[in-house]
Amino acid sequence: MVFGVILAGGIGSRMGNAEKPKQYLNIGNKPIILHTIEKFYVHEGFERLIVLCPKEWVEHTRHLVQNNFPDDKVVVLEGGVTRNETIMNAIRYIENEYGLQDDTLLVTHDSVRPFLTHRIIEENIKYGLKYGAVDTVIPATDTIVESGDGDVISQVPDRSKMYQGQTPQTFNAKKLKELYYSLSEEEKDVLTDASKIFVIKGEKVHLVQGEVFNIKITYPYDLRVAESLLNNEGESLC
Amino acid sequence: MLNAVYRLVAPRRFEVEFSEIPLFGSDIIVHPTHLSICHADQRYYQGLRPAEVLKQKLPMALIHEGIGNVVHDPTGTYQPGDCVIMIPNTPTQKDDVIAENYLRSSKFRASGFDGFMQEYVALQPDRILALPDGVDKVVAAFTELVSVSVHAMRRFDCFAHSRRETVGIWGDGNLGFLTAVIFKTMYPDTKLYIFGVNEDKLSTFSFADGTYRVTDIPQDLRVDHGIECVGGAASQSAIEQIIAHIQPEGTISLLGVSEYPIPINTRMVLEKGLRLYGSSRSGREDFEKTVSLYREHPEIVGYLNNIVGAQLEVKTMQDMKKAFEMDIHKNMGKTIMHWMP
Repeated sequence: MVFGVILAGGIGSRMGNAEKPKQYLNIGNKPIILHTIEKFYVHEGFERLIVLCPKEWVEHTRHLVQNNFPDDKVVVLEGGVTRNETIMNAIRYIENEYGLQDDTLLVTHDSVRPFLTHRIIEENIKYGLKYGAVDTVIPATDTIVESGDGDVISQVPDRSKMYQGQTPQTFNAKKLKELYYSLSEEEKDVLTDASKIFVIKGEKVHLVQGEVFNIKITYPYDLRVAESLLNNEGESLC
Repeated sequence: MLNAVYRLVAPRRFEVEFSEIPLFGSDIIVHPTHLSICHADQRYYQGLRPAEVLKQKLPMALIHEGIGNVVHDPTGTYQPGDCVIMIPNTPTQKDDVIAENYLRSSKFRASGFDGFMQEYVALQPDRILALPDGVDKVVAAFTELVSVSVHAMRRFDCFAHSRRETVGIWGDGNLGFLTAVIFKTMYPDTKLYIFGVNEDKLSTFSFADGTYRVTDIPQDLRVDHGIECVGGAASQSAIEQIIAHIQPEGTISLLGVSEYPIPINTRMVLEKGLRLYGSSRSGREDFEKTVSLYREHPEIVGYLNNIVGAQLEVKTMQDMKKAFEMDIHKNMGKTIMHWMP
């Protein structure tokens, strides 16, 4: 079984003075989170979509889902303290409701990346089932500079080997759970995303090509970019 | 839902934009899988249409020939995963007399509004048709072009008088080939002659009763009816030849599109009492007839396979450009994009 896991746990501290978390802001006439859920909703590969959000936004999110989707394919749960704890909440839910099978797959995705495409989802499922772990990336266009102390460069990695991580990230649920609970607290402290759990433990993570426009809406500037990507002018019967 | 639309913004330049399509409106949402490039798309891509037309129509998603899988159907008619043919002609009114493809109010994909180069296409329920199991999807991608030939044959049946012993098709390109295949299927007892310029292309019409280079047509050769599938400036000489070789009171079916006004020898049209009629695009009924021909005559699909030219996977806008460039340089055949951006 394949589950879509939409991570909406962020409280948007980087969004300046926005009153609500960024995933609830509108692009077009709809909250970003709904755009994202819709992309997963129309893909026939998913058994269920699990949306995880901050405790105080669970009810609001449930209302949004109830008002926009006629069936119970989308379920809303409370997220955890960290991104990976949030994913573990999703795994716990699946375990209770369906049991974890050897091929249970999680396609995890940032709720604030509404511009993902059918192909990206398709390839995440395909290679997720084949390899057990997948990360969506695009080749780095800027040179990446590493600095140990934030003052001077410690090294400049070869850009041709650098990629920028996007989402979805897709994992075999059983394997992810097993690896996560085998990590030490120190190892957990340095995790910035779930694919690193696999990397730390020496497991292979397959790459899927993302898209430059699969942007994460993090800053107010990103909202303006998102609005400009959305252009309905050509679609009307002119 | 946010939908990626890959629009031609200027000759040879695609850009992505997103449109919002309602999930729970009346439209069925289809994910295109196989798209076929047509001459009309190329005229936009290469900037061969007049500047004022390009200015008016672009940016616009190209392609009006294609199939896809249903991903979401709020009407419950189709199941997710069902393979369907997409119909590009989109009527905005009903008319009991005039066919939908001739109504001036009808819109056409990749001409009046966005074509199929999109992540998802939202279509009214009557604008899709289930593809029968077993039909090669690569061939099915250009069903629209086949339906144009089917439409022309249905009109032929209405307008051509009953003496149909010999019929000539002028044009050895894709449209000529498809029209010939459909004609021979619908009228197996009629002698069918093909007139073209390229010996190599003419040799693919092995099912015809005769093929002739337009420079070597026997003086005494006569046809009861003629079908013009040439288009462009060469339409003029093709129509001239048809008029010269057609029997009195024959019909001439005009299918070739031209950017130029084509002069016609009306004196001979009058003297022979000829009937000329246009045939353009197609409607749902023609698609239905095409699909039933696929079912009843599976050999048609085999013939259509002969004109499949290049096939390539299209994931990025670079791939889209590559497909169109490749299509420009082909000799004959249809270029099919396995659509996966």
